[in-house]
Amino acid sequence: MNKKKSIFIVTVASMVGLMAACGGKTDQSKSTTTTPAKSMLEEKKVADPKGIGEVKNVNLTDPMEESMIVSGKAIYEMKCSACHKLTDQRVVGPGWAGVTNRRRPEWIMNMITNVDVMLEEDPTAQKLLEECLTRMPNQGVTVGDARSILEFMRKNDVEKVGSKDEAINQ
Amino acid sequence: MKNVKLISLMSISVVMLLLFGCGKKDVSNVVEGNAAEQAYVAPGEYDEFYAFMSGGYSGQITAYGLPSGRLLKEIPVFSKYPENGYGYSEETKGFFKTSYGHVPWDDSHHIELSQTDGEFDGRWLFVNGNNTPRIARVDLKTFETVEILEIPDVAGLHCAPFITENSEYLVSGTRFSVPIPQKDVSISTYKENFSGLINYVSVDQESGEMDLAFQIEMPGFNYDLARNGKGKSHGWSFLTTYNSEQAYTLLEVNASQKDKDLLAIVNWKKAEEYLKAGKGKERTTSYYHNLMDEGSGIVESKEMTKTTILDPKDCPDMVYFIPVPKSPHGCDVDPTGEYIVGNGKLSADMSIYSFDKIMAAIEAKDFAGEIDGIQIINYESGLHGILKKPGLGPLHTEFDGKGNAYTTFFISSEVVKWDVQKLEVLDRQSTFYSPGHLVIPGGETRKPYGKYLVAMNKITKDRYLPTGPELAHSAQLFDISGDKMKLILDFPTKGEPHYAQSIPASKIQPNSKKFFPIEENEHPHAAKGEGQAKVIRDGNIVRVYMTTIRSHLAPDNIEGIKMGDTVYFHVTNLEQDWDVPHGFAVQGANNAELLIMPGQTRTLKWVPNRVGVLAYYCTDFCSALHQEMSGYVRVSPANSDVKLMWGLNNENQDEETLREMLKQQGK
Repeated sequence: MNKKKSIFIVTVASMVGLMAACGGKTDQSKSTTTTPAKSMLEEKKVADPKGIGEVKNVNLTDPMEESMIVSGKAIYEMKCSACHKLTDQRVVGPGWAGVTNRRRPEWIMNMITNVDVMLEEDPTAQKLLEECLTRMPNQGVTVGDARSILEFMRKNDVEKVGSKDEAINQ
Repeated sequence: MKNVKLISLMSISVVMLLLFGCGKKDVSNVVEGNAAEQAYVAPGEYDEFYAFMSGGYSGQITAYGLPSGRLLKEIPVFSKYPENGYGYSEETKGFFKTSYGHVPWDDSHHIELSQTDGEFDGRWLFVNGNNTPRIARVDLKTFETVEILEIPDVAGLHCAPFITENSEYLVSGTRFSVPIPQKDVSISTYKENFSGLINYVSVDQESGEMDLAFQIEMPGFNYDLARNGKGKSHGWSFLTTYNSEQAYTLLEVNASQKDKDLLAIVNWKKAEEYLKAGKGKERTTSYYHNLMDEGSGIVESKEMTKTTILDPKDCPDMVYFIPVPKSPHGCDVDPTGEYIVGNGKLSADMSIYSFDKIMAAIEAKDFAGEIDGIQIINYESGLHGILKKPGLGPLHTEFDGKGNAYTTFFISSEVVKWDVQKLEVLDRQSTFYSPGHLVIPGGETRKPYGKYLVAMNKITKDRYLPTGPELAHSAQLFDISGDKMKLILDFPTKGEPHYAQSIPASKIQPNSKKFFPIEENEHPHAAKGEGQAKVIRDGNIVRVYMTTIRSHLAPDNIEGIKMGDTVYFHVTNLEQDWDVPHGFAVQGANNAELLIMPGQTRTLKWVPNRVGVLAYYCTDFCSALHQEMSGYVRVSPANSDVKLMWGLNNENQDEETLREMLKQQGK
């Protein structure tokens, strides 16, 4: 019974995913057609640890940039906190504790700023969607603001798990 | 028995014949060739034009795509709209404030799009409310009503809101003259006690904000329709009047006695000079100005108490009259600004005036008389010519920019194409049935897009599958790019579209807003982030600061509401993506739902009427887990000591925590 329900949810989620993915029509060429189920099934693709998007390289500084932490926290509270907790508890989306140890900074910023493409093409993002079943919304965050959020995540990782940035060696 | 039936059938068809010329047209006679192809917009493709139609007694307006005839949106303006909470939410109910109290309905007639240099610019749309005189402004970035201005001391604001070529003014006139100021007099004292007003509302070129600049006191006639000059005639307004007989009963007979009524001609640049020179008289009155604040989305209603009146008796050369044959209706100015078409409803001919000749007649003081200090120009002196017997019951005219005019004929149920310069009829096509207004994209501007024409009909009868006694009004789309007009589509419309205006999609589409940036939300009760979700009690007023995001409401458990409380749900949609509104509905709400656009805050008032646990939920299917997007509110007896508590996912907070939270934030 439970299984039935979750299959149903997965199907609905992928349908919604496909529907929403085609939404930004003005930005895409009209002839693009999305092949059904592509996003859920093609997992052979090699994941780029930096993800997909305009963020190619991030320089991390130590010590951390205090002004970015402050503005990153403010953006987190406005646009992210409804779904992401600062602990490791998953609510709608995964908890943030330890995120910079799991994902490269470029991946994090691409996920924030280019979420529709990431959910469409990035295997790691797709795997998360299968776990969480709710598409992460595009919250209209600029690359600059995403960098501030990243700084806030680094600070949060130091506080919650005692280490940060371990994913840069991936 | 059979015979009786047959006879009655026959008499019905005779009546139909009389009414519509030849009964239902055989479609094959009218529609030919590739009509379907011309109106076809393939799935995923866009229409070339937007058409904005007024809704008549619906009080709203609708946006259609042309040539497909697809309904894109109904925009609520003068009537409450439970579908999205317009007029029900605390933010928007101020739109209906008038000097008559809360008036949640009106009769919308004429769409006027803003213009720059005599062309549509795609910034704003203006529309009149006929019954309780008002003018509304819709922002074409959001397709939302943002302002409603009441017009004082007039009745039946039919003649509105006609725009000047740089959107300087919206010109309007009273359809029903009334005592000004209102007083308790016998209706039979019409001639001595009733008068009319022509109103000039200015438009701020940056914000679009409207302001009643001045009113011109006029004789007690019925001011029906208007147009403003363009190009060389810019600075002048032309308004048709009927009932120059000043009848006040059985107007259909008593207001149709004279051979000619009058066209009022206003030199508004002159009026501006008189205003500057202090010729205006201030009068105390009452009217409301309702304006939505862009940052908060809240409508502020302000009572205005002063109006400035210009009297033609004190202001020579500001207003003139010229006769128009029998009970004119439409009054339309061609794209060059030279020709003014006056349509006498009861006249077999149409009078076309020349602006140059009118100016020459004024210069030469070629006058035939005077009414209340207003000179009447000699009819023949201002005339360009007469279009002889073009059809029966001419109503409205639009232009194609190629020297042709198109006029609707209500009684003979047709659209007639004619040459403005030569005054020759070129083509006529039936419509189904009895058209009122017509619209050509840009058809009233200096630059018409003479590709399509839509006739908006008053009678539908047998055009569609029957839907009982009440039928949708029909519209017909014609291709007018060739010599002959060609019918290509027939589609039903909402309410009763009177006038419509149509504009190339390219002037609106690039500016269309996709969401409201949450950073710019200045609503005093916004929760800009889930951490700000809270419940605050102030006496028996309880404010719930709620957030929505796919797929939960925060808070989704509320306890400690008591009988006798008034609860305000201030719902902020935290989404920042296109096409992700959330809805909010709570059981037993005596008003409506809310539909909250991304980044917006909207408020629903709720007065619980029973003890228990009531449900609330998101009404707009937003995600795979939309069904889960719900919550409970517990209502306890008035004397209960249940503590005010709220939360999400068992992380409950209460008033003490809130006080601590606020203290922390204050630090």
